[in-house]
Amino acid sequence: MSFFNPENLEKAQILVGLYPDKRSALIPLCHLAQSQHGHLSNEAMVEIAELVGVQPAEVYGTASFYDMLHTEEVGKYLVGVCTNVACLLSGGQELLEHASDVLGIPPGATTEDGKFTLEEVECVAHCDKAPCAQVNYRYFGPLTNGDFDQLVDDLKSDRLSDSVPPHGVLSRVFRDAPPMVPLEIIHQERRVMDEAKKARLAAQNPDAGGKQ
Amino acid sequence: MSTKIVTARVDIPNSHTLSVYLEQGGYQSLRKALLEMTPEAVQEEVTVSGMLGRGGAGFETGRKWSMLKQDLVRYLVVNGDESEPSTFKDHLLVENDPHQLVEGTLITAYAIGASRAFIYLRGEFALGLERVQSAINEAYAYGAIGRNIFGSGFSVDVVLQPGAGAYICGEETALIESLEGKRGFPRIKPPYFPAVIGLYGAPTIVNNVETMSNVPWIVKNGGRAFAAMGKGRSTGTRLFALSGDVMRPGNYELEMTSKTFRELIYDPDFGGGLKEGRSVKAVIPGGVSAPWIGPDNLDLPLGQDEVAQAGSMLGSGSIIVLDDHSCAVRAAWRITKFFNRESCGQCTPCREGSGWIEKIMHRIELGSGTESDLDLVLDACDNIAPGLTWPPQQTTICVLGPSIPSSVVSAIKMFRDEFMVHIKEEGCPFVH
Repeated sequence: MSFFNPENLEKAQILVGLYPDKRSALIPLCHLAQSQHGHLSNEAMVEIAELVGVQPAEVYGTASFYDMLHTEEVGKYLVGVCTNVACLLSGGQELLEHASDVLGIPPGATTEDGKFTLEEVECVAHCDKAPCAQVNYRYFGPLTNGDFDQLVDDLKSDRLSDSVPPHGVLSRVFRDAPPMVPLEIIHQERRVMDEAKKARLAAQNPDAGGKQ
Repeated sequence: MSTKIVTARVDIPNSHTLSVYLEQGGYQSLRKALLEMTPEAVQEEVTVSGMLGRGGAGFETGRKWSMLKQDLVRYLVVNGDESEPSTFKDHLLVENDPHQLVEGTLITAYAIGASRAFIYLRGEFALGLERVQSAINEAYAYGAIGRNIFGSGFSVDVVLQPGAGAYICGEETALIESLEGKRGFPRIKPPYFPAVIGLYGAPTIVNNVETMSNVPWIVKNGGRAFAAMGKGRSTGTRLFALSGDVMRPGNYELEMTSKTFRELIYDPDFGGGLKEGRSVKAVIPGGVSAPWIGPDNLDLPLGQDEVAQAGSMLGSGSIIVLDDHSCAVRAAWRITKFFNRESCGQCTPCREGSGWIEKIMHRIELGSGTESDLDLVLDACDNIAPGLTWPPQQTTICVLGPSIPSSVVSAIKMFRDEFMVHIKEEGCPFVH
């Protein structure tokens, strides 16, 4: 039984092939798993471990370090309200409290219908639009309480489904490129480049021969 | 209006697409570098430009490249993990001019002879990831990436790597760990200077997005033209991310040292001033790791050394303004809360210290602090950065730890009275 569906398995194999060491694909594969399943399940971590050649516990150990990788279920819409300093100065803390009231859940919780998870987030680099919020990492701001209510309404009725895909779908653009140039070929090229550079430098400065 | 370099195209419709980039002269610098210049000539232009790294530490880019150990296998990593609170300049560049970033990355890969280039982008930048991946895809199709680029005989691949939400991964050795598929734990230096032992143990150059975005312009116009802008060590332009209590928060690209804090904050073309009747109480330059400066320093020019001489740093180029209606205690508490949350947990002074400082600051803000808390919190700060000097002493693997005390020490130094009001009146006197 495979966790990744055939389309994603193909993507997974492409991702693993992008690195000199396949463990580097671990985080991209976690994102891929979340795009398929909404969160990072045990089954996904087991398969990622196989794909990159580590133990499942190492996948969990890495994933648990990162805020965006969710080993527990989260809502379809992960709503993050920023309360860091630029947003704080513009009412971010009050916006978070309002969001909590409107959704009826404290930060960290998920609504009963599984539609929303609320988070208090650190600066999302949208400070010229403070106070701001992100929904599945799509940014909105500056937000009044009324704007926030409208946003929740739009999400509830799936009016924003084009711009805000379900949680887990991060980039909707996948790598579309020819196969990687084999590193042996690259290194042959570099050897020639480095030799030529050495020769040029030696010609320019005969006294410093061999120094570089 | 001064020359714009990195934001010259950001307002053009569809500036993120290859067709617009090519219309605007895109990829001409890469052609010039690959077909007309040697790698060392490209490096020389960057050295002559005097460009300081735009990530935060402000190290000369050309010098950094020259320190790269000349092993056969070496890598280029672009740091796009922009997470320093109130810094949103790279966010603009990756969304609105991703090809400029890709072109700068390719030119740099050529100059340093990188085996492969990785662009590590903050995971939360969903649109940025889409834009950069599209740009990479388009650049492959155009022949600007891959085998035998533009018939030059130079080949390189570029890989986009998404982060997954961890401030610490902006620290270059933590970023490398993350790129290797691990927790973002900073490495100890020495021996792990990336230019010597970096990605997969190979020599690696790590450069910021804005730094890379300047490279095509430098190759096109020459390092000397870049160095002619600004003053002293502050050459070229800088993208200042202005936020907080100003009328027009936003990104403003300015020639280095050409404007003062006051001009940036009050000029109607930039910050547009504060709300009616308010005045500047404090400015946090360079990100929340930087010590605050007061209204008496508003006439400082926006330059690397000028801000350093005033006891702070230009850092990431972000500038947060607090007006006289904003609470210094609350702002400092929130910054400490951020560090506590983002400490990677490897080093005791940072992991434990950030928690204790946050707790004490929070109780002062909420009105249950005591006068002795001020000494207590400073003592906790002193355990992280002994002597509370600037630049700070370091007791930890990376600079996150020593950055924690900056805001608390600044707030106590500048606004001790305000702390006393919180303590005596058992609450925050500000409306929020």
